[in-house]
Amino acid sequence: MDAAFFAGWLRRAAELIEADSERLTRLDAAIGDGDHGLNLNRGFSAAVAALPALPDDTVPGKVLIAAGRAIVSKTGGASGPLYGGALRAAGKALGDAPDVDEAALGAALRAALDGIQGLGQAAMGDKTMVDALAPAVDAYEQALRRHGDPAACAEAAAEAAAHGAVATVPLQARKGRASYLGTRSIGHEDPGAASTVLLMRALADAAAGTR
Amino acid sequence: MDTRGTVGIVVISHSRMLAEGVVELARELGGGRVLIEPAGGDASGGLGTSIELVEQAVRAADSGAGVVLLADVGSSVLTAKSFVADCEADEAIGTQEVVLADAPLVEGAVAAVATAAGGADLATVVAAAGEAYDFRKS
Repeated sequence: MDAAFFAGWLRRAAELIEADSERLTRLDAAIGDGDHGLNLNRGFSAAVAALPALPDDTVPGKVLIAAGRAIVSKTGGASGPLYGGALRAAGKALGDAPDVDEAALGAALRAALDGIQGLGQAAMGDKTMVDALAPAVDAYEQALRRHGDPAACAEAAAEAAAHGAVATVPLQARKGRASYLGTRSIGHEDPGAASTVLLMRALADAAAGTR
Repeated sequence: MDTRGTVGIVVISHSRMLAEGVVELARELGGGRVLIEPAGGDASGGLGTSIELVEQAVRAADSGAGVVLLADVGSSVLTAKSFVADCEADEAIGTQEVVLADAPLVEGAVAAVATAAGGADLATVVAAAGEAYDFRKS
């Protein structure tokens, strides 16, 4: 997978976020401050807009780092540093390789998760994006061990993220603004987990094109 | 005013008005010897946090002895942490010596300014801000 693949992933992610922006904002209005869709839409649009400025011979790692920087700058809420930092961590993990295989992508996803957890200090079950991303990374790695191709690994990740997001509904938030609500956060899907599903779905869509 | 050699302070809040208010309150206590700057709200002045506003404020507060960040809630803290990580990785241009204090916003800013005004070093100012958690009110 080359730089064009990663640019395609980001463009697909921006499309899915724009399409689901209202739903994300509605989820956030229930247990947060109701700006998640708007913020992410702004951040990922800025990421896509930053791509044409990259040199033609840019590498996948640089694509993710540039996108991450734009997302940190333009998002505005907590998801900016978290997703932006995650993409930058993933980009650093990819290094200067002009082409990455499914194992390197798996390592980058693991680095993204580590970046999010390092910054936000959230664990599984805290009702955050980690509840979607951690199972997604685990599922990706499992598929990789079964010698899955990029499309199979990414599809497994997307499905696991979706299950993980649904599983946040009965949880009580222990991180983020929703944690101030105490038990009233129970019964709502976490908006950060919901947006992570879109990012993993975008990856699966992009990877399906590699077959 | 002569602020050379004193630790600078940046107050990061979700709200531009809150950051400016804390700065107004704390600046008075610095007796003109401490640079304290607000970084509140998102880039368009709404609620949120902007890493670019943080960077501008750090530049303005830096007089060579390091800068202490104080943050209120949520994305303020995460943005501050991202900025510190950038400084450590030398990706941001500002001072290398930027520390996020684990401190309450208002009391921490007051304690940090009072301590910095006395010429204390960065570690001492950060510690003073953190000790503000111990100010009991009843």
